[in-house]
Amino acid sequence: MARKPSMGLKASRAIGNTFGHILLVLISIIWIAPFVFIVLQSLRVETTAQVGYLLPKKIGFDNFMFLFSPDCNFMTWYFNTFIISLAVAVLQTIMILMMAYTLSRFRFKSRKALMNIMLILGMFPGFLTMVVLYQVLKLLNLTQGNAVGGLILVSVASSGMGYYVCKGFFDTIPKSLDEAARVDGATRFQVFYKIIMPLAKPIIIYTILTAFMGPWGDFIFARYIAFGEPSGYNVAVGLWSWLTQDQINNHYTHFCAGGVLVAVPVIVLFMFLQKYYVEGVTGGAVKG
Amino acid sequence: MKRLDSLEYLRLNKWQRFVYKITLFFVSIPGFFKNVGIKIGLFFKKIGLGIANFFKNIVLYFIHGDWKTKVSYVVMGFGSIARGQWLRGLLFLALEVVFILYIVFFGGQYLAQLGTLGTKAAVIETVVIGGIEVTVTKYYDNSFKILLYGVLSIFFIIAILYTWYLNIKQNHISEQIIKERKKLVSTKDDLRALVDEDFYKTMLSLPAIGITVFTILPIVFMVLVAFTNFDKNHQPPQNLFGWVGLTNFNQLFTWNTGGGASFGGTFGEILLWTLIWAFFATFTNYFLGMMVAMLINKKGIRLKKLWRTILVFSIAIPQFISLLYVSKMFSADGFINGLIMNMGGQRIPFWTNQWYARVTVIIINIWIGIPYLMLITTGILMNIPADLYESAKIDGASPAQQYFKITLPYMLFITGPYLLTSFTGNMNNFNVIFLLTGGGPTDINLYGGAGHTDLLITWLYSLTVDDTNYKLAAVIGILIFIVVALLSTIVYNVIPSTKNEEDFQ
Repeated sequence: MARKPSMGLKASRAIGNTFGHILLVLISIIWIAPFVFIVLQSLRVETTAQVGYLLPKKIGFDNFMFLFSPDCNFMTWYFNTFIISLAVAVLQTIMILMMAYTLSRFRFKSRKALMNIMLILGMFPGFLTMVVLYQVLKLLNLTQGNAVGGLILVSVASSGMGYYVCKGFFDTIPKSLDEAARVDGATRFQVFYKIIMPLAKPIIIYTILTAFMGPWGDFIFARYIAFGEPSGYNVAVGLWSWLTQDQINNHYTHFCAGGVLVAVPVIVLFMFLQKYYVEGVTGGAVKG
Repeated sequence: MKRLDSLEYLRLNKWQRFVYKITLFFVSIPGFFKNVGIKIGLFFKKIGLGIANFFKNIVLYFIHGDWKTKVSYVVMGFGSIARGQWLRGLLFLALEVVFILYIVFFGGQYLAQLGTLGTKAAVIETVVIGGIEVTVTKYYDNSFKILLYGVLSIFFIIAILYTWYLNIKQNHISEQIIKERKKLVSTKDDLRALVDEDFYKTMLSLPAIGITVFTILPIVFMVLVAFTNFDKNHQPPQNLFGWVGLTNFNQLFTWNTGGGASFGGTFGEILLWTLIWAFFATFTNYFLGMMVAMLINKKGIRLKKLWRTILVFSIAIPQFISLLYVSKMFSADGFINGLIMNMGGQRIPFWTNQWYARVTVIIINIWIGIPYLMLITTGILMNIPADLYESAKIDGASPAQQYFKITLPYMLFITGPYLLTSFTGNMNNFNVIFLLTGGGPTDINLYGGAGHTDLLITWLYSLTVDDTNYKLAAVIGILIFIVVALLSTIVYNVIPSTKNEEDFQ
């Protein structure tokens, strides 16, 4: 008698689990499908325009060949983006670390005021100042053909304002460690370099990863300052220019092929460092 | 309104509790504004006292100071050099020299014209060069540069005033130390302090300069632009622009211009849609993402890691690729409509009908957002103490009851601040809207080429880039700031979950 209800429970649990698995398979399909579609279309040879069917009638690597051909700017765009990404990943990380460490470890007079100012500045929409930044970069001769330098400068200069996640992590490292080292005669710089940095490895990797991934999708500002000069485009701007009304029929499949080439390295990197990304994102959300 | 104590509160039924909480919320709003008012008052009092102190000290230090200090009022750093602190002294002196050179050779001319933003526009002249008539444009005043360098000069002046004050104070402190027959801080000590107790100054200097030049200066500039007539008819260097006061803000209240599209009406409509969008984008993602996370966390579900990896995979792909692709997928001759047509159906106007477009962007945003929310909530869900659920089960609580009594309150408590930032983030969610619809479908009844899915931020963008209507873009930017700031302060101050940190510990 006592077993019967437990059997019923088991059965309903089994049904629930089966249903759960079916749902998860459906979800996976929905999330993966567009990427499978992009790959399929990048291999389509018969026409470069959009079509109403999925499977290519003729498969080949023509679209990729086009990207590598000398009369296509794609390689320039790719190289530009890569340079920007590397520079931003290094410099932005340094800026953020400096800011986060200082605000987490030092108690100086204007600290609260500084944090409030940055909070308030963050409430202004980012594109508001686009015109000014463009003009400033133009004065420095860092627009259009030289947009790469301009983009690096702008992404790095104000990046100290994105210190929140990093500071949240530093706050969890016990201060007694700092004090112990200080008693042993270490300077503040040594404390930062020899104690905090090694302990903060996960969050540093997270910072580098997000900084590196940012420029691959940066599009709005990049388009504005490289305006009309394809040699200064990054991949996002370049690929976008292929999807405008008058270009889409000639370049739709090229866009897909380019998208694949952009996504693959980023995905590989991301999958390797996934653990750190999850840590950073979760930490950032919980601390607000 | 009478506040109930906890016993009285427990005696109420569900409906009464609900009414009680709602009234409590609204009753607390005036108090909140009063508090904010008091805070602002205190802030200005502090600033006022600071300025009064500044002038008092300047006078006092001068009267009581020795001759070295008195010279330092004119030649910055003189006192420090004379007392052997040559590094500090030279820095002060160098700053003064740079400042004077800057104002004389560069900043001064722009500062002088800041009041008018230039009086002489470019002129097209016919010049005879070697017997041939040539038209040449001669440029005179450039309003843009005047405003930009004018603001920069003001920044510089404030900075130099502050340094000047520091220099005087420095002299005063040194005098005090010498009077007490103690040793002055040497240059060597100064240098060592920069990597030790004053390490924060070293660390902050670079980010601070970056933020000042590339964030604060541009923002101040654009805020000022909102009070000028800087638009496509007033483009430097050909034309001048000038101060117009509150004219641009007055346009917000022009609801009817006799048939044409009014700025005020369009602003109202776009603001409304921005708030609706932010609401749906935040909460659909939040709840659906949490559900997916719970489903994967559920006991008996296998391959947990695989499901998570598949969702995370979609985060790794740059948004401009996935969003542009999906946008084309739903376009009039895209894949989805092709499929529908092949099956003998009618084309669905995903991007050309305003209601279809609005619903579609919200749904596609769910597709974008769920993986993030899944990641964020997974960890938090696992942190909920399991014994809470055990005892709930023993008491006979259904899964739904467990969710609403344990999971949801816990989640809301932990992620309350995140919900706020994600709401304001969605208000400014440029990527999703711009890459999917570009703000469209556009409507001639909307001002400045705005469309029905335009958020304030995308509208600001198209006003800047397509219309070069900088003055109105600046107005919208300021208004976005005001909305975000108001929302943030109200939510942080009124909602209790950000204060009662001990509730779940």
